[in-house]
Amino acid sequence: MMLLIIVGMALVTMIPRFVPAYIVDKVNFPNWMNKWLQAIPYAALGALIFPGILTVKPDQPHIGLLGGIVAILLAFLGLNIILVVIGAIATVFLLTTL
Amino acid sequence: MTTKVIEGTPSTKVTQIQRGITTGIPIMLGYLPIAIAYGVLAKQAGLSIFELTMMSVLVYAGAAQFMGAGMIALGTGAIEIIVATFVLNFRHFVMSLSFMNRLRGIDLKWKVPLSLGLTDESFSVASLHGDKAKQENGTYFYAALMLTAYLSWVIGSCVGGLLGDIIPETLSQSMGVALYAMFIGLLVPSVKKEVRMGLIAIIAMLINYIFSQFVAQGWAIVIGTVIGGLVGIYVLKEEKV
Repeated sequence: MMLLIIVGMALVTMIPRFVPAYIVDKVNFPNWMNKWLQAIPYAALGALIFPGILTVKPDQPHIGLLGGIVAILLAFLGLNIILVVIGAIATVFLLTTL
Repeated sequence: MTTKVIEGTPSTKVTQIQRGITTGIPIMLGYLPIAIAYGVLAKQAGLSIFELTMMSVLVYAGAAQFMGAGMIALGTGAIEIIVATFVLNFRHFVMSLSFMNRLRGIDLKWKVPLSLGLTDESFSVASLHGDKAKQENGTYFYAALMLTAYLSWVIGSCVGGLLGDIIPETLSQSMGVALYAMFIGLLVPSVKKEVRMGLIAIIAMLINYIFSQFVAQGWAIVIGTVIGGLVGIYVLKEEKV
């Protein structure tokens, strides 16, 4: 039963992932659609960041938010992405332990 | 394959693989603690080490695996778990369509495995390295990037199931911000270059936030991404990659 659930979950996850490989192989998109697809990564990043970041510590949404603000500042200063990530982790760690 | 051989460029297979692994390290940093936490939770939910590792091997979608393990623990029916997984992971269809469109001209035998390696994180990182699609041996860059992320996830979840909570709770909770920080670290440099990218992202955030009040989280992210992307049709210049 457990394996059936896992295989079912795998199929409904894999099919939406690989079907587009066949679509772009067969169909040429109009210009507006290419632009739309080029904008998708930026839109996806926005939707993935907010409001999810508020749930880093679900009972204290400001902690995730502050971690995010530190990440924005560090990234804006041009720091390497690993340092941005470590800076945000350190901020949340300090806020939750203090 | 339509890769061109350009004299003197150092983009050999080996250098592209090295670049791919280096680029994948922030994902690894974010995945390991979450994968370990998943392994711990799934073990507590009653999955065996083999089952919880196979879920990472086959499903490879963090949020859905947490949800799935949680639902298994509650004794939810198989159909309900599978439908909820579909809804939560449908955003990958939109992401894959975007990434595969960038890989036009690359052989299907590369595109299909690369598409299976797409997650929120590998998609975001790979898309912001879109220039590699046109480089010599660029497919090796993407393959190495995706394998780095995939192996971190699979190994991390197995470790979590085997060893249990090896990371102290305050630290693992703090590391929950890692992937959000990575998304921010990817977005901010693009916004610095082109403010309009920030507009697309902020509209997607707001739409996601509004819809998340009414529909399942999975659909809210899809709607936010699709509508945010539509804004791009009006604000992006021609051939802006």
